[in-house]
Amino acid sequence: MAIRTEKRSHPAVPSSQNLDYVEKLGRTILRARVLEDKLGNLYRAGRIVGGVYLGKGQEALSGAGGLALRKGDIFAPLIRDMAGRLGFGEPMVDALRAYLGSRLGPMKGRDGNIHRGDLTRGILPMISHLGAMVSTVAGVLVAKRMKGEKGRVGLTCAGDGATSTGSFHEGLNLAAVEKLPLVVVVADNGYAYSTPNERQFACEHLVDRAKGYGVEGHEVDGTDPMACWKVLHHAVERAREGAGPQLVVGKLLRLCGHGEHDDGSYVEKKMKSSDRGRDCLKVMEEEMKKKGHEKEWQDWREEAQREVEQAVAKVSAEPVPDPFEEDWRATQSAGMVEVMVAS
Amino acid sequence: MSVTYLEAIRSAQEKALRDDPRVFIYGQDVGRFGGAFKATKNLAEKFPGRVMDSPISEDAMVGMAVGAAMEGMRPIVEMQFADFSTVGLNQMLNHAATTFWRTGKPCPMVLRLPSGGTPGSGPFHSQSMEAIYSHYPGIVVMTPATVEDAYTMLLEAIELPDPVVFCEHKLLYYHLKSEALPESAVPAFRARVVRAGRDITCVTYSAMVHEAVAAAGELAEEGYEVEVVDLRTVKPLDTDTVLASVARTGRLLAVGESWPWGGASAEVVARVASEGFELLDAPPKRLNAKDTPIPYHPNLWAAHRPTAVRIAAGLREVLRY
Repeated sequence: MAIRTEKRSHPAVPSSQNLDYVEKLGRTILRARVLEDKLGNLYRAGRIVGGVYLGKGQEALSGAGGLALRKGDIFAPLIRDMAGRLGFGEPMVDALRAYLGSRLGPMKGRDGNIHRGDLTRGILPMISHLGAMVSTVAGVLVAKRMKGEKGRVGLTCAGDGATSTGSFHEGLNLAAVEKLPLVVVVADNGYAYSTPNERQFACEHLVDRAKGYGVEGHEVDGTDPMACWKVLHHAVERAREGAGPQLVVGKLLRLCGHGEHDDGSYVEKKMKSSDRGRDCLKVMEEEMKKKGHEKEWQDWREEAQREVEQAVAKVSAEPVPDPFEEDWRATQSAGMVEVMVAS
Repeated sequence: MSVTYLEAIRSAQEKALRDDPRVFIYGQDVGRFGGAFKATKNLAEKFPGRVMDSPISEDAMVGMAVGAAMEGMRPIVEMQFADFSTVGLNQMLNHAATTFWRTGKPCPMVLRLPSGGTPGSGPFHSQSMEAIYSHYPGIVVMTPATVEDAYTMLLEAIELPDPVVFCEHKLLYYHLKSEALPESAVPAFRARVVRAGRDITCVTYSAMVHEAVAAAGELAEEGYEVEVVDLRTVKPLDTDTVLASVARTGRLLAVGESWPWGGASAEVVARVASEGFELLDAPPKRLNAKDTPIPYHPNLWAAHRPTAVRIAAGLREVLRY
């Protein structure tokens, strides 16, 4: 059954009693934003080869998802989930190592930017084909069930565009059949690259699809940090207690282009100035100020800035991949030693 | 007491399920029903919870196996027909095959493909997919031709740390028989000389091995000794065994049941031409199916794929050069 939160629910005003609660999300949003601003600058300075894909405006929804998970859970982010990654515990240097091609990074320069992951930490490295991670996380959860590992949740992220893929459908249906503890978070930011929702799907609300899959659905205002926190924690706990897959749809806008090469000029002005175009970071900052936590906010921001500068300095000094030291082997099989004629 | 090619596949899966708690089987109708070809008959009862019916979702079936493999399991995915694995290609080629390279962590899984033509099966239940999978780095592609190989190579496939595409030929399922399951195996990734000969080498794999052996028998009556090499595994390709054979015979015919554009037979010819040019006494030749979808009617189908008669004609052509 689809549970919709109120269309315009404003956040529970953070109080000083639960500052710890607020601090986790606030710091995560700030760290992601400061890091992504830096990545944009590094891209424009020519220090990053390839694309840079940012999640500005989506940090509250993404970060709340990462923070709702525990150690031992599985997280399979998509391209706008810096906040979710940081919230789940991916070290900031991993992002920089992937973008700057450090040999010490989890992908060793073999893959870059948002296609990074660390299986030892439970972070699955996404492939670019949208929807593909849904069934993959389902597979991890089936394996955990077979191994008798209980109480683990898998969370994966998608956008409005990914919901149109066969993979998304097949994966969510499979997870529903197996009643797996899977949370699928859809960041509905109105556009898949430049294609608006009305050219993407014809249903009124994506969350209504939950009923068709036989899973629980939740809709949330993705610009509202504390609402995201509540809904994501609820969805993750529902999955953990055995209620099967959860479909969470957050409505928001990305406050940047599809990638840093794109100015996003196709996003309608009307939409930008609507409530959906609010910046979750500003929403959170306002609430903090209202409750007299301006100083804390400022401290967190400065800490994030220091952390980013230190990480950039560290990774900038790290070695880059060397084609002569690369072993150029795509399989691990011991006997598979043939050297291709063409090489 | 005899064992069919299909029973060998079932026995290998049963042994793997018994010996290794990480192994499980996932596929359409593989559970209580035992699979469309009965390759998993009785396994669901013997191994409760480890032989699971999947929805008709080839993409998600393979994606699920990728996730399970990342988590340390050894999934076997049965495609109902090799042809339907096109729907799951993305997960196999872009996900399973790239995982070790990208992450340094293994993705051990087996994709079983009931492959190849049988009379009356038509365009969508007859395909041989080894060329597509072999083209992508990161996948091992096996094409067993014998009961013994069906058994030992499937066990090997399950043990390998890499994703394996296991192309089992439907035409061999029920009719190809052996006395008993083998107790030893040809070394992994090695081709095998099926029949020794000094006049010409015929390199092939899967069901075409039997057609080639029949053609060699026909040529023997004409006084030619044909050496038949069964590749067994097409990726990686055992170039050494092929070149050694061509060094003995000086002539090559490469045969494949799949389509003529590219593929394993083309790779064999390319390697021999570039690495063994001076061993050759005649231009190497290829024989494949016709470049059309696979026909339904047996009259058309018999003319579409290489058969012993066509292979014999191809061998004669190279011999007469």
